[in-house]
Amino acid sequence: MEKVSSAKDRLLKSGQDWLGGEFRGKALVILCAVIMISATIAITIFLGTKGLQSFIKDGISLIEFITSKTWNPTDKANPKYGTLPFIFGSFAVTFLSALVAAPLGIGGAIFMTEISSSWGRKILQPVIELLVGIPSVVYGFIGLSVLVPFIRENIGGLGFSLLSGTIVLSIMILPTVTSIATDAMGSLPGALREGSFALGATRWQTIKKVLIPAAMPSLLTAIVLGMARAFGEALAVQMVIGNVKNLPSSLLDASATLTTIITLNMGHTTYGSVENNTLWSMGLILLVMSFAFILLIRYLSARRKL
Amino acid sequence: MTFTTLTRNVFDIKDLNLWYGEHHALKNINFPIIKKEVTAMIGPSGCGKSTFVKTLNLMINYVSNVKMTGEINFNGHNILNEKLDLVELRKKVGMVFQKGNPFPQSIYDNVAYGPRIHGIKKKKHLDEIVTKSLMNVALWDEVKDRLHAPALGLSGGQQQRLCIARALATKPEVLLMDEPTSALDPISTLKIEELILELKEKYTIVIVTHNMQQASRVSDKTAFFLMGELIELDETSKIFSNPRDERTEGYITGRFG
Repeated sequence: MEKVSSAKDRLLKSGQDWLGGEFRGKALVILCAVIMISATIAITIFLGTKGLQSFIKDGISLIEFITSKTWNPTDKANPKYGTLPFIFGSFAVTFLSALVAAPLGIGGAIFMTEISSSWGRKILQPVIELLVGIPSVVYGFIGLSVLVPFIRENIGGLGFSLLSGTIVLSIMILPTVTSIATDAMGSLPGALREGSFALGATRWQTIKKVLIPAAMPSLLTAIVLGMARAFGEALAVQMVIGNVKNLPSSLLDASATLTTIITLNMGHTTYGSVENNTLWSMGLILLVMSFAFILLIRYLSARRKL
Repeated sequence: MTFTTLTRNVFDIKDLNLWYGEHHALKNINFPIIKKEVTAMIGPSGCGKSTFVKTLNLMINYVSNVKMTGEINFNGHNILNEKLDLVELRKKVGMVFQKGNPFPQSIYDNVAYGPRIHGIKKKKHLDEIVTKSLMNVALWDEVKDRLHAPALGLSGGQQQRLCIARALATKPEVLLMDEPTSALDPISTLKIEELILELKEKYTIVIVTHNMQQASRVSDKTAFFLMGELIELDETSKIFSNPRDERTEGYITGRFG
């Protein structure tokens, strides 16, 4: 009368050393997940409470904070807390640099995947990886010593300008856009190309009418990720943008962004002061925006068709 | 006599040799393909039948390191030597692949893709072509109410018929089919086979298949390939009842392959 053990029994037996094997592994990965999640939640709560203080405790109106053009927190008698020029600056450099980097990055991706894969992978891929590895302070430094004087002498203005910030950021987000766009184009099934070629389409027709539309959701994700990076970049932009409080009226005007104002003023404001609190509020705006970018990316990924 | 034979042949392949790098994949193939007939290619995997079909519309050019010698005459023009317009060739020689590969676009846009890239812009004309092509593959009744729905929402069999419609929309003379039913269920397969029998009224069809029953059901001529050689090409009825070569007999009776 041999008792036949079921597969389930045998599986359970093999995991009998549960303190040593199964359990320990499981506990380890759960711990990692918990740490990551709690860190994110903690930062959000901290930034939320700090960022809301200027509105709750110091009584600054949120509407004024977002829409007023005057930023003058140090005026004792009549301090002004309008961050519109910085919000505008942040969005301006973000969209303008995406406008430059998107066609360049997607063009490079198409070159690598469709036109010259061997040459592209050999030369362009390492170049892109190298671009990622350069620290942002170096980008800023190069921008400061090459780009700013170049614009001052050849185009006009002070050189410290929205334009300089845009150019530096474009180069910085180019690798992000290119590498994600390359993955997007490269992961398209070969059957799509075959199908198009077999109908007599040329390479350009195939790229334009089949491949780019098929990869569009992922290409948009690439652009949005690049924009998220541009929106949050502080150091390099701060070095070339000029950091003035006024709303810029042209590309050659000096400007400021939310991030540059925070990095410039964080050091010399007293912790707990109204000015310090308003900097936290700007940080909160950045956080809200990055959540918005993430939501956008999720929405785009859900639309992916292949 | 010679003259009539010539004009009946859409394709006339002479001494075709093909190498993938060092690998001699097609050896001295001589192969006439006759107008408005269905020619089936059978043979074990790697025998060269798919390679052969891909030479007919020069899709083989996208495989790296391919070398070819010999002649592939299409309507009297050697497509290997003469400087020819690939676009024109592929317009006339359509292809359907192993797995339905509709573009991630609407049903309408899929069928209209070929005509559009070949310069047809008028909506009325396109509508007409799309309707006719979809009717030709018996898909019209199933999709007429959702022409602008995504093609990828169709079933596997419908997708494959859509791809046939897409190929027909450029008004080809020849339709190459590379194992068109290998990814389909028996009922969808049956529909495609019925379709092939209807289409041969108007088109010359070359079909690669692993399914010998399929070859015997749909084709007029059958060609047996083995290790890059064309062993036998004859009337389908003859191949399956009384093959000349014992290797052909061995393969169709299931002794190898």
